[in-house]
Amino acid sequence: MGFFSDIRTKPWLESQVEIDNAHTGGSIGLPKEKLALRVFVGVVGVVFSLSVVAYSDRMALADWNPVPEPLIMWLNLIVLLGGSLAMQWAVINTRRDKMANVEVGLLVGGALALAFLVGQLLVVRQLDALGYFAPTNPALAFLYMLSALHAIHLIGGLYVWGRTVLRIWRGFEDQKIYYSVELCAFYWHFLLALWIFLFIWFVIT
Amino acid sequence: MVDITPEKIENVGPAEVPEADLYHAHSWWTKYVFSQDAKVIAVQYGCTAVAIGLVGLVLSWLMRLQLGFPESFSFISPESYLQFVTMHGMIMVIYLLTALFLGGFGNYLIPLMVGARDMVFPYVNMLSYWIYLVAVLVLCSSFFVTGGPTGAGWTLYPPQAILSGTPGGTGWGIILMLVSLSLFIVGFTMGGLNYVVTILQGRTRGMTLMRMPLTIWGIFTATVLALLAFPALFVSAIMMTLDSVLGTSFFMPAIVEFGEQLSYGGGSPILFQHLFWFFGHPEVYIVALPAFGIVSDLLSIHARRHIFGYRMMVWAIVGIGALSFVVWAHHMYVSGMNPYFGFFFATTTLIIAVPTALKVYNWTLTLWRGDIHLTIPMLFAIAFIITFVNGGITGLFLGNVVVDVPLSDTMFVVAHFHMVMGVAPILVVFGAIYHWFPLMSGRMLNDAMGRFHFWVTFVGAYLIYFPMHYLGFVGVPRRYWSVDDTSFIPDSAADLNAFITVAALIVGFAQVVFIYNIIVSVFKGKPAGQNPWKATTLEWQTETVPPGHGNFSKELPVVYRWAYSFSVPGTKDDYVPQNIHPDDVKLVSSESNA
Repeated sequence: MGFFSDIRTKPWLESQVEIDNAHTGGSIGLPKEKLALRVFVGVVGVVFSLSVVAYSDRMALADWNPVPEPLIMWLNLIVLLGGSLAMQWAVINTRRDKMANVEVGLLVGGALALAFLVGQLLVVRQLDALGYFAPTNPALAFLYMLSALHAIHLIGGLYVWGRTVLRIWRGFEDQKIYYSVELCAFYWHFLLALWIFLFIWFVIT
Repeated sequence: MVDITPEKIENVGPAEVPEADLYHAHSWWTKYVFSQDAKVIAVQYGCTAVAIGLVGLVLSWLMRLQLGFPESFSFISPESYLQFVTMHGMIMVIYLLTALFLGGFGNYLIPLMVGARDMVFPYVNMLSYWIYLVAVLVLCSSFFVTGGPTGAGWTLYPPQAILSGTPGGTGWGIILMLVSLSLFIVGFTMGGLNYVVTILQGRTRGMTLMRMPLTIWGIFTATVLALLAFPALFVSAIMMTLDSVLGTSFFMPAIVEFGEQLSYGGGSPILFQHLFWFFGHPEVYIVALPAFGIVSDLLSIHARRHIFGYRMMVWAIVGIGALSFVVWAHHMYVSGMNPYFGFFFATTTLIIAVPTALKVYNWTLTLWRGDIHLTIPMLFAIAFIITFVNGGITGLFLGNVVVDVPLSDTMFVVAHFHMVMGVAPILVVFGAIYHWFPLMSGRMLNDAMGRFHFWVTFVGAYLIYFPMHYLGFVGVPRRYWSVDDTSFIPDSAADLNAFITVAALIVGFAQVVFIYNIIVSVFKGKPAGQNPWKATTLEWQTETVPPGHGNFSKELPVVYRWAYSFSVPGTKDDYVPQNIHPDDVKLVSSESNA
């Protein structure tokens, strides 16, 4: 039963008592780690949603001065997309039980995420070289703030990714590794979707 | 309503948790300091929150001394007064009440009440506490930096919050406040994930959502609210930090300060207000919803009667939680908003009163024809209803634009929010501590000291805040170090302020008695026994009191009924615990019935 049908039940009725006694605990058909990651992703989504709302509100004021997106930002997008695809390839190989491929996918996914972070630093340098570093330009301030927030979340993901890689190298049980790979891949996909949204937002504004 | 006289049903198999799923401490440090046991973490949260709460209490005394006896205390300058106001507000709302209800009661009660051995992610739960502690320490450190803590008011409105005219505005004061808040939110998110996932996925067999005690419903919904609302404060804290440190203009408009044009330009202070109150109003319910849940259980247990309208109570909690996100701008009627906007928020504010009033009716009807035991938890629970209705009704006044505008920034507002989210939730905190202290320590609190504490606190709260409404009506503004000889404020206001100050000091003294009671009772209190309140919920059905590591014996309890089986017709005892198998319920024999 879903949440809203659950809360319509009448626990004091005899007929409901029998149904409830058969309940085995848990409300959502997800392992606790996957549920926790989804809740966390929801919270992160709220952080970015509110930031974008603030961005759009601030845009309406007179001093808004749009910032060009350097070419390297497009390349970064492709790199992040590659990382996400590599992670998905690793997940597919967990289902085929091919540990060697899982390892390759995981390493490539992490390496591309690192490359993305380096690329984002290059974006800052390029904007600086173009003369866009004044913190009083709100468009630039938002670009840096949202990019930094995204990067911090990616660094957090890389920490978990690093632990997963270490567990592979230490020869942990395959099934547990596969599970971690799935969680990493889900997070990578989320951060990719988030960055695509932000990037489109930067381009159209 | 159909009664729930138990009948024979098929047994549900025992549930065991593998040893590997439960963290076992290996040393004194990991058992009592860096503990992953939710009960220890709860006590850590509780002690830290109470400690910083006492700092907040002392700050309120200092403010009251200045207001009651102006020009008597040379060490209370206008700047330090504003700093006391700011730190008192933020400490009480965030670092005391939020942390105590969710970190303290949440950690202690969630695993026990849903029949789990611990939170689902004990390590993350432990981190949550330590990050909270760092946040508290960072906040406290602002008392010791040059310029002192921020005096911007707990709402931290820009532009004044980061200007040199505000105490702590351009030094470390405001930065430490913003960093501390950000840390608090990070720590809370770690804890909040635990609470939500444990409640949704960690419940024992038979514990459906609608068999959960309302305490858990309140904590669960408040946690969801906090996870969705705190990001607004997080984002605004980051943006204001950048405005302060890097000179960005997210919130800072073009401004001249002391004749000097600052480098800021074009920012929107109103944007900050929207973000702040998008967090700030749900925050009221982040504090209130756990209180609602706890008071429901206290009333039911101590009136020996099932909670009236359980389903409606759950829906009201969820409904209030949802509605709390669409009322935020009623805090901003004087910000120059469009009148239609104000009308919308006045309407939603009135609508949220409907499920809230429903809860008050249901609490009252729970008492109706109950076997009321005027225990100390019950006294506090009843006092909560009274003070909450008082504070709620003045909230309806202030929710209307035409009433709010003249009363805005007066002592009436201070009296209102102290009654509704200061006094009322704190009374629940006290009631909850008197109720669950026997579970946590195995000993009862001293009854005489408890009754003294209750009456002085309850009557004293009225002596403090009732006259304060009047001060607001005559126009006494809030956040003023001195109103001196302001022409429209009558002399009687000064006498009333002195009276309020004396009352506040006496109420403060009663809290010292309460803390003394706790310390003495931990060592010398009367042994509590297994279930001193004859409660039905699982936390009282543990193998030992206080519960040991892993909460329950080898097998987790199996739940056969809801949490409110009191005075069930046909049963011998006036309560049936949730985990007693229907075959084991003691029935009144047919002979004794005859």
